[in-house]
Amino acid sequence: MRHALTLWIFVVLAAGFPISQAVAQTDPRTAEEFDRFRAIMEEANPAELFEVKGEELWKKKRGPKNASLEQCDLGLGPGVVKGAYVQLPRYFADTGKVMDAEQRVVHCMITLQGFSYAALAKRPFSRGSYTPDPVAIVTYIAAQSKGMKIAVRQSHPKELENYEVGREIFFYRAGPWDFSCASCHGQDNLRIRTQPLPNFTQPEQAARSFMGWPGYRMTGGVMHTLQWRLTDCFRQQRFPYLSYVSDTHTALLTYLGVNANGHEYRGPGIKR
Amino acid sequence: MKNALISAGVVVAVIAGCATTQGSDPERQREAVETMKQSFHARGIAKMNRLNQDELQRVCTDTRDQPPANVQKRLEAAEMAEIKLPADGKFLGGWKRGEKIASIGRGMTWRDKPGRTSRGEPNGGGCYNCHELSPKVTSFGSVGPSLRQFGKKRGYGVDIQKYAYMKIYNAKAFSICSTMPRFGPSGTLTEQQMKDLTAYLMDPKSPVNK
Repeated sequence: MRHALTLWIFVVLAAGFPISQAVAQTDPRTAEEFDRFRAIMEEANPAELFEVKGEELWKKKRGPKNASLEQCDLGLGPGVVKGAYVQLPRYFADTGKVMDAEQRVVHCMITLQGFSYAALAKRPFSRGSYTPDPVAIVTYIAAQSKGMKIAVRQSHPKELENYEVGREIFFYRAGPWDFSCASCHGQDNLRIRTQPLPNFTQPEQAARSFMGWPGYRMTGGVMHTLQWRLTDCFRQQRFPYLSYVSDTHTALLTYLGVNANGHEYRGPGIKR
Repeated sequence: MKNALISAGVVVAVIAGCATTQGSDPERQREAVETMKQSFHARGIAKMNRLNQDELQRVCTDTRDQPPANVQKRLEAAEMAEIKLPADGKFLGGWKRGEKIASIGRGMTWRDKPGRTSRGEPNGGGCYNCHELSPKVTSFGSVGPSLRQFGKKRGYGVDIQKYAYMKIYNAKAFSICSTMPRFGPSGTLTEQQMKDLTAYLMDPKSPVNK
């Protein structure tokens, strides 16, 4: 399947889109051109294959408890998947905390199916032909919110608190290079090499932190969720390792998600 | 009565100011630090002490990179004192080596080794991540200002060589909340590497000055 995907990508690229030229240019139209390329690719996105796999995993009886995930409550009631992704992170009474999509899926895999955190945290990210189950499941869930407006809740006191904690983390400068998230994502019109950096403190641009994830990343031909993106950001910030489905992920996702509220979520996307 | 009204007015103004400012909230920051301490773990060369802020990081975080002038001056002086100039008094290394160092953005992450990248090379300076330098390299970032014709524009004198070396060693000595990392104090780059980068900026033969 992976070879078919790779071949498909090469066919599209060979069809003439001058992506290497586009990337080499410093012209701001490069970002525009890539967005157009992305829109074309999203019409037949390899992510769809992972949505299908995720749906199978959601419905199949698995794990030591031989149960499916169909009783998993993502915030709209047990088993309700449609519209769930765009209202996460949110407060859950059963755990007494704010949880994001992947953290909640892992919670359900542990409590309903009997899987262990240690096993899931061992290889949490896609590599080569390996795609972890939570990644496929989150991709499926996210696809069921396609076309809906981002509506991360800010009604429970813990949700409000989580937003503010996320904001403090976003601005926290540390590590040998003194970086915070804001170092790269706190101003307009910044670019690392040729990669544009949206300013996530601004609502219009904050939508780009939510949009396109989970995303099929062409570099490596793998499916990634925001768990991967945030963990790798902190690696590049020269911080220690951010544990799988941590509360820091959640707080940041609340901050970014709320800033993006109101924008239409177009479903799993495609990345460079 | 008048004094009470003035005091009340000041209090209201301060509260109103707090409500609209996006500055740091001490209580939430405490929670944020607690959350991060539980969320991260040490891996490879990236130990948990990387989460501990020094005074510069704390001040720049709290003031959102806009500290009061007196604090700025004091901290910049402290950073200046951290700069170690080369013992031989020479600031220029080799610009060709400098170009390589400027092009490599790896090193210092939990994947890397002490003083070397995961690929076994010396740490890079990552200059092209943020700056325009040689006209031949079009894949440059915009986080920092263009350094095109750095020497050509400023003159090739020893005083400018020294300034460039110091800036590379510790950019915060010149602008306390700069985004640019402190390559010297952090141990990211060696003295020779920083001399090579200085040459990349200041050698008349360097492509940067074409």
